[in-house]
Amino acid sequence: MGRYVARRLLQMIPVFIGTTLLIFLMVYALPGDPVRGLFGDKGASPQVIAQLRHEYGLDQPILVQYWHYMRDMILHADFGTQVASGRPVTDVLGSAFPVTLRLAAVAFAIEIVLGIALGIVSGLRAGRATDTGILLVTLLLISIPVFVLGFILQLVFADQLHWTDPSVNDPTNYGQLVMPGFVLATASLAYVTRLTRTSISENLRADYIRTAVAKGLPRRRVIGVHVMRNSLIPVVTYLGTDIGALMGGAVVTERIFNIHGIGGTIADAITRREGTTLVGLVTILVLVYLLASLLVDLLYAVLDPRIRYA
Amino acid sequence: MRGAKSAKWVAIAAVVALGATACGGGSDDKGSDSKAAVDPNGKFSVEVGEPQNPLQPANTMESNGSIVIRSLFSGLVDYDSSGKIVYVNAQSVDSKDNKTFTVKLKSGWKFHDGTPVTADSYVKAWNWAANPANKQTNSFWFSDIQGYDDVAPAKGKPKATTLSGLKVVDDNTFTITLSKALPYFVYKLGYEVFDPLPESFYKDPKAAGQHPIGNGPYKFVSWQHNKSIEVAKFDGYKGPNAAKNGGVIFKNYTSLETAYQDLKSNNVDVLRQIAPKDLPVYKQDLGDRAVDQAYSAIQTIAVAYYTKQWKDIDPKVIQGLSMAIDRNTITKTVLQGTREPATGWVAKGVLGYQPNAAGDVTTYNPTKAKALIKEGGGVPGNQIYIQYNADGGHKEWVEAVCNSITNATGVKCSGDSKADFQADLNARDAHEVKSLYRSGWVLDYPFNANFIRDLYGTKSDGNQGGFSNKTIDSEIAAADAAPTLEDSEKKYQEIEKQLPNYMPSIPLWYYKVNAGYSENVTGVKYAQDGDPILTGVQVKKK
Repeated sequence: MGRYVARRLLQMIPVFIGTTLLIFLMVYALPGDPVRGLFGDKGASPQVIAQLRHEYGLDQPILVQYWHYMRDMILHADFGTQVASGRPVTDVLGSAFPVTLRLAAVAFAIEIVLGIALGIVSGLRAGRATDTGILLVTLLLISIPVFVLGFILQLVFADQLHWTDPSVNDPTNYGQLVMPGFVLATASLAYVTRLTRTSISENLRADYIRTAVAKGLPRRRVIGVHVMRNSLIPVVTYLGTDIGALMGGAVVTERIFNIHGIGGTIADAITRREGTTLVGLVTILVLVYLLASLLVDLLYAVLDPRIRYA
Repeated sequence: MRGAKSAKWVAIAAVVALGATACGGGSDDKGSDSKAAVDPNGKFSVEVGEPQNPLQPANTMESNGSIVIRSLFSGLVDYDSSGKIVYVNAQSVDSKDNKTFTVKLKSGWKFHDGTPVTADSYVKAWNWAANPANKQTNSFWFSDIQGYDDVAPAKGKPKATTLSGLKVVDDNTFTITLSKALPYFVYKLGYEVFDPLPESFYKDPKAAGQHPIGNGPYKFVSWQHNKSIEVAKFDGYKGPNAAKNGGVIFKNYTSLETAYQDLKSNNVDVLRQIAPKDLPVYKQDLGDRAVDQAYSAIQTIAVAYYTKQWKDIDPKVIQGLSMAIDRNTITKTVLQGTREPATGWVAKGVLGYQPNAAGDVTTYNPTKAKALIKEGGGVPGNQIYIQYNADGGHKEWVEAVCNSITNATGVKCSGDSKADFQADLNARDAHEVKSLYRSGWVLDYPFNANFIRDLYGTKSDGNQGGFSNKTIDSEIAAADAAPTLEDSEKKYQEIEKQLPNYMPSIPLWYYKVNAGYSENVTGVKYAQDGDPILTGVQVKKK
C-alpha cells in the first residue's frame, strides 16, 4: 500500500512538468502580449513597456522563462506576479481558491446526496413509474444548458419568490451558495443518478446477492452493504474526476452568480495573456486532479476487497 | 461634470458588447425626486469590476480602477458638462505664452493622513511617475513637459531623474514649462495622472497601491480583492465637489446580467451599464431610474493606409463607402438605440464639438456613394474587410455595416474577426490589418484636439492606421501654436471641417450611457466619460 502510493506520487512529477510546459507554450503561442495589453487602444511609452517586460522576464526566450518560473515555484513556492495588478499569484490563488472550494463542496455534496439517493430509488424500482420519472428528470437536467438553468432559477427564486438573493454577496455564506451549487451540480448529478441506477439494478441480479437473500439477511443489510458497496465503484470513479471539473469548469456558473472563483480567474488570465497566473492556477488544478484520481484508486480497495495494492 | 480618462478600453469592450435599448431622449436629470428624506451619512454601492492595476494614479488606465482613483484623489482642475475648466485644488493656472504655466494651489488642503498638500506633493509625484524605472503605464502623459526626453529617452540611459520643466516656487506655487507651447495644456491637467501624492507614498509605492492615501472627497477604507472596495467621506475635504453621501462601496461584478438582477433586488445601487440581454426591458423595469444619455466617445472604421489597397487611394472612394452606411437604421435596429449616428470626428460633450462637421459624408446616400467610388477609381479588388474583436459584441453591427455597403455600392464586404481584443491589438500594432478596422475612442480630456491631434497626426500614439498628411500635420502644429485656447479650439474645428477631404477614418456613431440606479438613491448623474458622478449621489433614509 505504502509503496503503491509512493509510486503513484512519483508518477505525478512527469505529468506535472508536461502539463505546465504545455500551458506555458500555448499561452506563448497566442497572439498578444500582457504588457502591451495594459495600454489598450492608446499608444504606450516604449521605455515603460521595455521596463515592464524586463521585470516580468518576458524579454527572455520562452524556455528560460519556463525554467525561472519552475525554479521559483518549486524552491520558493513563488508562482510569479500578475502583470496588471502587480499582485503575487499566490495572493490571487489564495483569494479565489477558498471560494471555489466552498462552491465545489456544496455542489459535490448535492451531487452525492441527491444523485446517489435518486439512483438507488430508481435502481431498486427499475422499470416502474418512479424509475421512468427519475430517468426523465435526469434527461432534462442533462439537456438544459447551465446558463439557461441559472437564469431560470435566478428569476424564479430570487426575483419572483424572493427566497434568496440573485447573486452571491458573501461567499462564506453557505445559504447563498446553495442555488449556484445546485446549478453547478445538475449535469453531474444526473450522470451520478444514471450510473448508480444501472449499477444497482445490475448487481441486484448478481449471484452473491441471491446468496445473501437466501441466507436470510435483512433487506436493509442486503441493499445497504452488499449491493451498495459493489455498485459504487463506477460512481466513485466518476465522482473523483468530477471534483476537478467542478472546480475549474465553473466559469459559467460563477459568472451568473457573481462568484469570484478559479474558473473566472482562469478565463481572465487567458484573455490578458498572463501566462504566470494561468500556469499557477492550472498547476493547482492538475494537482487536485492527480490527488483525486489517487484517492479514487485507493477507494476501490476499500469498496472491493478483491482489489489489493501491493 | 467629470471627464478625462485614458484608454477606457475595458469598458469599451464591454459597452460595445451591449446590443440594445429602446431609443429615447437623453433626459439625464431625473434623480432629484427628493420626496424621501436623505441620509447624509448613508453609503451606497456601485457596480465595478476588479481594478486591473494597483491603485496608483499614474498607473490606472482602465475604467474599473479610474473610478476608484477619482474618488480618492483630486487634481488641479476638472471640467463641467460643457467641457469648461473648473478649478479644484488649483487656485489658478496662468500662462502668458502657453509654454510656462504658473500653478497656485488653494491653501489648507490636506491628504487623508493629515499631511498638507503642497506644490511639492505635485512636483514630486509627477517626477516619480514620469520616470520609466517606476513603470507607470501613463507615464507618457508627461511627455509635453520640458526635460521628459532626458528622463525617459527613446534610446540609451536616462540623463536625469527629474523633469527640468517643473519648479517649486513656494509651498503653494509651482511652475510647469513645456517643451513647446500648448494652449490647451490645462485640459490635460484634469486627468488623474496629474494627481498629487503624499510623502508616505514613496516609502512603499507597492503598498500604497493597495492602500492609497489621496486628497480627494473620499478616503480609502478597505480593498477586498475580487469582492469590494470601500471608501468613506473625507470630512476635511475642501474642494467644490464634497460628497453628499457617507461613502461608496465599489462592488465587484463579473457579469452585467448579475449586476442588473442585484439592482432589481436593490442589492446594488448604481450601475454603469446594462447588459444587452436586459436592454429591451430595463426602461420598463426601472421607470425613471433608467438612464439613457450620450457621452463623449466615438466608434469609427479606421483605414489601414499602409496596405496596398489604400496606399494611394482617392479619398472619394472612402467618402463613398462612408455614404453607403445607413447609420440611422443600424443604430436603431441592430444596436437598438444604444448609439447615436455620428456627424463628425469629435464626440459630443467636448469643447469644440460642432454638429454636422463632416457635412454630407456621414449621410446615407446610395446613389452618391456609388458615383463617388466610381469617380475615385473604385475600391481596389472590389472587396473590403473590417477587422474587429469577437469578444466585444461588434459582430452584429459589422455585418450590418457590410450589408449596407454591399447593397448600396456592390463592393464586397466581410468582417475579419480576431478572437479577442488582445489579438486585435496585436494585428493593429504589427500593421497586419488587411483593409479596414474598427476603432473606438473615449475622451482623455474634453477638448476637440484629443479627437483629432491624438488620432490623425502622423506621429500620434493613437494613429495606428498609418494615416499621414502633410497639410493636416502642419495645421495641427499651427493649432497647437495658437496664442489662446479659443483660437486653438477654432483651428481644430477648421481641421475637423477639412477631414472629409482626407477621410482618415469613417465616423460611425457616438456612444450612449445605458444604466440605472436603485430605489435607495437619488441624484444619480453621469459625466461625459460615461461614469456616474459619485459625490452627487444622495442616499435615502431607511
